[in-house]
Amino acid sequence: MRGHAPVSEVDGEVYRVAIIGSGPAGMSAASHAAQLRMNHVLLEKTDHLSDTIFKYQKGKHVMATPSQLVLRSDQEFDAGKREDILGRWNQRTEELRVNVKYNAEVKSIKGTGPAIEGSIQKIITRARDGSTTTTEVQRHAPPYAITLTSGEVVMAETVVLAIGTQGNPNLMRCPGGDLPHVTYQLDDPYAVLDQHIVVVGTGDAGIENARGLAEDPAQGNVVTVLNRSPKSANVRESFATAKEPNAKALVEDDAAGKLTIRYETETKAIEPGWITLNTRDGEERIRCDRIIARIGSAPPRGFVEGCGIEFASNDRLAFPTLSPQFESTAPGIFVIGALAGYPLIKHCMNQGYDAIEFINGNTDLKPADEPLLEAKFAGLPGKRSVNDWLELLRTNIGILNGMNTLQLREFMLDSDARFTKAGETIFEKNDPGSSLFAIADGSVHVRIDPNDASKVVPIQKGSIFGEVGLISGRRRGATVVAASDCICVEISRNAALKLQSQVPSALRAIERISTERQLLQMFGSGLTPDDVREVVDTAKIVAVRAGEALITEGADDKNIFVIRVGSMIVEKVVGGKPVFLSYLPAGSYVGEMALIDGGQRTATVRAAIKSEVIRIDGEAFARVLEAKPALFARARKDMEARRATNAFVESKKDGFSGVVDLYSEQAKFLVSQGLGEATDVLLIDERLCVGCDNCEKACADSHDGLSRLDREAGKSFAHLHVPTSCRHCEHPHCMADCPPNAIHRGPDGEVFIDDTCIGCGNCQRNCPYGVIRMDKVPPKKPSLISWLLFGSGPGPGEPPYKWSKKNTKYTGDPVADDKLDRKKAIKCDMCAGIEGGPSCVRACPTGAAIRVSPDEFLTVARLENEGA
Amino acid sequence: MATTPAPGPAPRRRTGATRERQSTHEGFLVHKNGKWIKLSAALAAVLILLYIFVPLPPQHFGSTWLGYTLGTIGALLILWLTALGMRKRAITPGRWSLKAWTSAHVWLGVLLSVIGTLHSGFAFGWNVHTLAWSLMMIVIVSGIFGVTAYATLPRALSANRYDSEGAITEKQMVEALRSLDRQLHDAAQPLDRECAVLVDNSLEQDPFTGSIINRLTGRYPGDATREAAGELRRLRAHRPRIADDPLDKVDALLTRKEAMLARLRRHLRIKGWLQAWLYVHVPMTFALIAALSAHIVSVFFYW
Repeated sequence: MRGHAPVSEVDGEVYRVAIIGSGPAGMSAASHAAQLRMNHVLLEKTDHLSDTIFKYQKGKHVMATPSQLVLRSDQEFDAGKREDILGRWNQRTEELRVNVKYNAEVKSIKGTGPAIEGSIQKIITRARDGSTTTTEVQRHAPPYAITLTSGEVVMAETVVLAIGTQGNPNLMRCPGGDLPHVTYQLDDPYAVLDQHIVVVGTGDAGIENARGLAEDPAQGNVVTVLNRSPKSANVRESFATAKEPNAKALVEDDAAGKLTIRYETETKAIEPGWITLNTRDGEERIRCDRIIARIGSAPPRGFVEGCGIEFASNDRLAFPTLSPQFESTAPGIFVIGALAGYPLIKHCMNQGYDAIEFINGNTDLKPADEPLLEAKFAGLPGKRSVNDWLELLRTNIGILNGMNTLQLREFMLDSDARFTKAGETIFEKNDPGSSLFAIADGSVHVRIDPNDASKVVPIQKGSIFGEVGLISGRRRGATVVAASDCICVEISRNAALKLQSQVPSALRAIERISTERQLLQMFGSGLTPDDVREVVDTAKIVAVRAGEALITEGADDKNIFVIRVGSMIVEKVVGGKPVFLSYLPAGSYVGEMALIDGGQRTATVRAAIKSEVIRIDGEAFARVLEAKPALFARARKDMEARRATNAFVESKKDGFSGVVDLYSEQAKFLVSQGLGEATDVLLIDERLCVGCDNCEKACADSHDGLSRLDREAGKSFAHLHVPTSCRHCEHPHCMADCPPNAIHRGPDGEVFIDDTCIGCGNCQRNCPYGVIRMDKVPPKKPSLISWLLFGSGPGPGEPPYKWSKKNTKYTGDPVADDKLDRKKAIKCDMCAGIEGGPSCVRACPTGAAIRVSPDEFLTVARLENEGA
Repeated sequence: MATTPAPGPAPRRRTGATRERQSTHEGFLVHKNGKWIKLSAALAAVLILLYIFVPLPPQHFGSTWLGYTLGTIGALLILWLTALGMRKRAITPGRWSLKAWTSAHVWLGVLLSVIGTLHSGFAFGWNVHTLAWSLMMIVIVSGIFGVTAYATLPRALSANRYDSEGAITEKQMVEALRSLDRQLHDAAQPLDRECAVLVDNSLEQDPFTGSIINRLTGRYPGDATREAAGELRRLRAHRPRIADDPLDKVDALLTRKEAMLARLRRHLRIKGWLQAWLYVHVPMTFALIAALSAHIVSVFFYW
C-alpha cells in the first residue's frame, strides 16, 4: 500500500477542508470557509499571504478586470496599489480568523481511504531525449493526507488546490546536488564574503547574482559562471535566455577579470568544498564553497498529477480536467485559480467562494459569470436560458462536442454568439481577423469569386469557417455571407487555441478541415472534396524550426508542401554561394517542380521563422494532377512564372555578382530581424536618413506625446536599418499572455493595445523585438504655434521627462492622481484611423523611412533598384 | 519552384483612413520620378525665354507687367518655402508627405534664384532691394549646400557605424567609451604616480568638450587620451621590459579608446555638418522676409 502517511505524525485532527495556496483564490476560499465556520486550514508556502502579488514591485497598480464581473467573496477587492490591497486582505483574513499555516510547503497529497476501484491515474513523463515513461497511480478515497516538506502531515476531507502556475525552482540533478551548500536563491549578494562560488544558469537571475557577488573586489569572492553554450561574439547566442544588457555586462566583467565565465561547461558532481565540471577539454575539479543554481522553475504539473489530478491533454497549455464545480478527477480535490486556467484576480476570488459553497453542499449556486453569459446570448432569437444555449452549442457544433460545462462557460466568455440574417455579410475578403467561426444554426456561403456573387461554396450547420485566419494570421481569403438566418459562434484566437489543447478531437477536426479547404482554395479549378480525399488523408502537418530546410537542393524526394503558418525563403547555390530567390508567405505551396518535371530538387527551401507546413504525398498529388488537366495546366503555369524569376536572378549573378550577393545577404538579414513573421515593418535606408528624428517626433505627436519607435536602436545591414518599431507579427508574441486580453488586431491589420491594459509588462517581456515600452502618458503640450512664436512648452516630439514631471497637474484626489502616474504598455498602432497612414513615414523629409510588408519588399524588383 | 497567392485588390481600409504604400526607397531629390526637378527646369526655361524675348523697357523692369508677375510669384514662393518649417512640425492627419514637400522645396527653391534674379532686371545697387536679393541668394546657396550634405553625408554616417561585428549606434559608442574608461580605471591601479596621472587625465576629459569648430573639423588638439598613449609609450621605451607589465594592458586599452573616440567624433562631425547649414539657412530666411517686406513697402510708397 502506498500513499499512506505514517500514522505517528498525524495529530488526529481531520479538517473539513484544506486550502493550499493563499493567493486571491485560496485566500478567498479560506475566508469563506472561516465565515461559514467550517473546520479549515490554509497552507501557505511562504511567511506571508499571496506571494505572487507580494512579489509585485512596490506601488504597482493592480487592476480589477473584467469590470462587468461582480465580485463574490468575503474579501474586498478593487483596483488600487499593491500595498493597499495586500493590507486589506491581511486585515480581513485576521478579522475572519482564518486558520493560516505559514511556511507550509506541500510535498504530496494522497488519499488514505480505500482504493477507488478502476480509478488509476496514468502519468506520462517526457525526458529530454524525447523518450517517455508511464507511471500508474491508484487513487484512494478521502480523507487526504497532505505531507509538508517539513515532514508534518495535515489530514483533510476535501482539498482546494489554488497554487497558481509559478512552480518551484528546478533542482540540480548531478551527484551531490542535495548538499546544503547548493542553494537556489541569493537574498543579499553583499553579505557573501571570501568564498569560491559557482553560479549555474545564465538567465537574468543567475547573471545578476554573479555580478552582485563579484561587484566589489573587497568582497574577495571568486565567482565562476557556468554556461552550457559556446562562446560567441553575439551575446544573444551565448546567453539566449538573458536580457542583452545583462549578458553584455557579464561578458564585460569577465573581460575585466572580475569573474570567470566557463563556456561549454556543465556540472558533473558536487562535494563539500569542490565541484567537478564537464568541459569541452574533459573533466576539471575546482574549489567551490557555494553553488547558486538559477536554472528556471518547473511548472507545477508534475506535483498536481502526482495528486491524482488528470490534465485535459499532454499539451503544454493544458489545464486539469474539472467538473462544473471545479472538482478534479481525484474526488474531493478541487482546483481553482490560475492553475485551473483563470489568471484574473476577480475570477480567482469568485471561484474560491464558489468552491467552498459547493463543498458545503450548496449545489444550486449559479456561477458568478452567469450575467456575462446572459448578455452574450441576449442578442439571439428565441428566449432560452444560458444552460439551454450552452447545450445547443455543444450538441450542434462538432468541435464543441467534447467539452464539459465548465470549459464551455469559460470558452464562451472569450467568444461571441452572433445572429446573422440571410444575405448579410459575416466577414469580407481581406478583412484582418484571426478568429474561427462555428455554425450553431443555419448555413453560410463562401464567395469564391469576388466579382460574381453567384459562385459560392456552402458550409453547413455544425461546421466551421474562418480557420485560415486563425491558423496563418493573414487576412480573410474570401467573403462569407449568411445563406439562411444563422447563429454563429465567433471564437477568438485565444479561445480556439485553448479549445484545441483541451479537446483533442476538436484539434483533429480543425486540422482536417483546414487542410482540405486550403487545398481546394489554392488549386481551385473545380476541385471537389472527393477529388482531394486521398491527398487529405495522406497529408500530415509538420512543424519546421526557424532555419530548418524543408527541401534541400539536389534531393530526390517528390513531396509537395503547403505553408500553413509562418513563411519560407527559397535559395539556390549559384557560383558556390547561396543566392536568395524568393520569399513565400503562408498560403503558398512549394515543391511542385520536381513532381511535374521530375528530377532533383532545384533549390533549397527553409523556414524563415518557426512554421507549420502540410506535407502532401507526391504520388497521391500526381494522381490528382493526372485526373484534372485544368489543375495540371495551372500548376504548370505557376511553375513557369517561378522558373522565370529564378532564371532572372541567376543571369544577373554573372554580370552583377556583387549586387546579387548583397541582395541575398540583405534578404537574410531582414529575415533574421523578424521580417518572416512581419506584416508591416518600418525600414530605413541609411543612405537617405539624415538622422533628424522627425519620425520619432511625428510618432510622439500623433500619440499622446509618446514615441513608439526608436530610430537609432535596432540592427542594420548594408545600409538597411530595421529600427525598434512594431512589425505587427502574423501571430503576435505580445498577445500570447495578456491577462485582461487588451491586445487585439485592428481592422486595418494593426496590432494595438486598448485601454484595459493593466500595465503588467507581460507583452513587453514577450516581444522578441523589444518594441513595447511601459510608460505614463505625459501632460498635454502647448500648441505648435505658441511654441514657434513664444517658445512655450518643449516643442515637437516627446517632452523631456523633467518637463512632464513638472507639468503633471496632480489634483490631490488619490484615485485621479494614481491614474496620472499609471504606466501602461505603449506600442505602434500603425497610426490606425489617422488619414494618410503611419506618421513616421509621412514625416520623413528624405524618403528614408517606409513601412512595407515582406512580400512587397523581398522581391526581385529590389535587385533592379540596387543597380543590377 | 513555387507560387504565391495572386495579389488581390489593395485591402480596403476599414477605419476609412487611406494610406499610400511604397515598396521601395525613393529619395527626395527624385521624388515621383523627378516630378519637381522637371517642373522647375521647364519653368526656369520658360521664364528666361520670356525675359529675353518679351520687349519691355530696360529701366525699372520690376514695375512692368512681367516684373510684377515675377515679383509676386517670388514673394509668395518665399513664404511657401518658409512654410516647410511648419509642415515638418505639424503632424496633422492627411495624405501629405514631407518627402514630397522637401522635393518641391528644393527644386522650387532653386527656381527662385531664377525668378528673383530676373525680377531684379539685373539692376543691382547699394539699396534695400539688392539686400533682399542677396539675402535670398545666401539662403538658396546655403540650401544647395544643405542638399549636397543630405545627399552625400548619410552614406558616410552609416559607413562609420559599421565594423566587423555589425553596426553600432551613437548610444553604444558612448557606452563603449564608458566601459573602456572603467576598464582603464581598473587597469591603471598598479601604475606609478606619473603614469597614473596621464591615464587619469584621459579618464577625466569629457569626450564631448570642444567648440563647434572642434566638432565640425573633427580636430581636438590637447586630447588627453592621445597624449596619455603617446607619453606612456615614450616612458616605456626607457624602462626595462618585464613580464606582465601592467602598462601593456593600459596601452592596449588606450589604443582602443582612441579608436572609439575617433569613431564617435567622426560620427558627431558628420551629424554636425548635417545640421550646421541650417544655422545659416533659417536665420537668413527670416532676415530675407524682413528685407523683402521693406522692399515691397518701399517700392509701393517711395518709388
